[in-house]
Amino acid sequence: MTELFGIPMPVLSGQILLGLFNGAFYALLSLGLAVIFGLLRVINFAHGALYMMGAFIAFLLGQWLGLPFWALLVVAPILVGVFAVAMEKLLLRHVYGLDPLYGLLLTFGVALVIEGMAQYMFGVAGKPFSQPQALSGVSMIGGMILPHYRVFVIVVALITCLGTWALIERTRLGAFLRAATENRPLVEAFGVNVPVLLTATYAFSALLAGFAGVMGAPVFQVSAFMGSNLIIIVFAVVVIGGMGSIGGAIASGFLLGLCEGLTKVVYPEAANIVVFAIMAVVLFFRPSGLFGKAA
Amino acid sequence: MQSTDLYIRPELGQGTRRLPLQALLLAAGLVALAAAPFLLYPVFVMKLLCFALFASAFNLLLGYVGLLSFGHAAFFGGAAYVTAHSVKVWGIDPVAGILLGTLAAAVMGAAMGAIAIRRQGIYFAMTTLALSQMIYFLFLRAPFTNAEDGIQNVPRGHAFGLIDLSQTLNMYGLVVAVFLIGMFAIWRVINSPYGQVLKALRENETRAVSLGYRADRYKLGAFVFSAAIAGLAGATKALVFQIATLTDVAWQMSGEVILMSLLGGVGTLAGPSVGAGLIVTIQNYFATTGFPVNVVLGLLFILCVLCFRSGIVGEIAKRARR
Repeated sequence: MTELFGIPMPVLSGQILLGLFNGAFYALLSLGLAVIFGLLRVINFAHGALYMMGAFIAFLLGQWLGLPFWALLVVAPILVGVFAVAMEKLLLRHVYGLDPLYGLLLTFGVALVIEGMAQYMFGVAGKPFSQPQALSGVSMIGGMILPHYRVFVIVVALITCLGTWALIERTRLGAFLRAATENRPLVEAFGVNVPVLLTATYAFSALLAGFAGVMGAPVFQVSAFMGSNLIIIVFAVVVIGGMGSIGGAIASGFLLGLCEGLTKVVYPEAANIVVFAIMAVVLFFRPSGLFGKAA
Repeated sequence: MQSTDLYIRPELGQGTRRLPLQALLLAAGLVALAAAPFLLYPVFVMKLLCFALFASAFNLLLGYVGLLSFGHAAFFGGAAYVTAHSVKVWGIDPVAGILLGTLAAAVMGAAMGAIAIRRQGIYFAMTTLALSQMIYFLFLRAPFTNAEDGIQNVPRGHAFGLIDLSQTLNMYGLVVAVFLIGMFAIWRVINSPYGQVLKALRENETRAVSLGYRADRYKLGAFVFSAAIAGLAGATKALVFQIATLTDVAWQMSGEVILMSLLGGVGTLAGPSVGAGLIVTIQNYFATTGFPVNVVLGLLFILCVLCFRSGIVGEIAKRARR
């Protein structure tokens, strides 16, 4: 078979792969947003900035210390996580219990500061970042072109997402976390240190964003505003999926990436807006989102 | 819903006692408006007035209905495009151009509002942001907007075919008229029975619904009105600067107008104008230094949220009441 609905198979499979690749980033970021919102009741507008930060830290460490990609993939997200600990302790802590809109505005301000500083220090032009040698190859399987790096990102993102899901839904720590989401004072009464749990949750989600940033660096150029456009799409993904479930956030991330990829094949002009259009349709028929509980 | 101290609740029955003070402030404001073009750079004052009206329109939603729209740039910039195109390409009267831009913003507001009001609070903010980003991409691709270049060299023309708007003072007069009409409309809506219902929805939606008010219709009406006034401000700005670009529809603009309201005082009539004045001044200052103004705006956001959530006018009103 070389064609499907009049579209050549290699083009179709290429866009499916690209869609899943973009979906991997949507999933990693919307997962983080959902986890943070679940426990902290804060919409983290700074998530895109943290993603950008991961990419920039990787870029700088690669330049200064010549660290290999694999080391950067570990070190840069940890540094983003450390930054997130400071941010949670110094700023976010003060808006817990207020209207969630304040959390959104506060993190929006933080995002403006981080992005503005990155722009000030590194300029507007994107920085090149080469992908690891070991993954620069391309395979052909049955007429499908598979760039190794993209396949690697999809697989790693999927494993990370599923791992996080298992951590939250299947472990004792996750049980504390879910319990604290439902009834915080009660969990505190059982002797769980909830403030530490909140900090750890925020830092972990930020770490995921930083991790996504390092993985995105070789493909999307490293620039100050690489995160801000992404975060708006991720918001739409979150609205579509509903923030009630971790699994929903992961699934809708990959699904919408796929939709976007397929739109590029059928009607390229609409690729930028298809996620938003889907969001409008979903809101119209299912206001609480595809996987959300009715509000 | 948790605590919602985002709004300043005006105490009932104090309006009459404060009337002389308010009248005095209003008179002072009018005198300032008349004197401003001779003391300051007129284009700067016109820019300030456009943003003050824009922020006031935004504040109507956040301060009086409790809806945080993160997509108001779509109306501001969208109206600017429509006005710029209709005046430049179709050659219609500038005043008709402004009205057409306002109408276009109202139509966009109706479409966006119908979808967005289906969710509340935080979801409403994210939905409006996503929808306005969609509108941004539509304007980027639309054939008449010239993508990154925007619509440039828009002629100011003659208002009603008589008044030459290329004369700065004439243009200033039109901007002041637009500003006053817009502010009066907002003031009128807030102090009408309709406005009272909006406030009731903000305070306790369930109870208002149980009294028989159809919450969605009221919210949609307020959203469309707010979008139209934001459009009026954007349309006027397009004539002042003779240009309509993507900057005005981008999400950063939506963020700026939130900050203007927050800084000046959400839920106060004069607050957004004060905030707009400060932000426009800060932007003008930092435009010459090369330091990214977004860092300053971001720090102001953090400061406002952490330290003074009532904003400047809100804090003053609070102290005065004590």
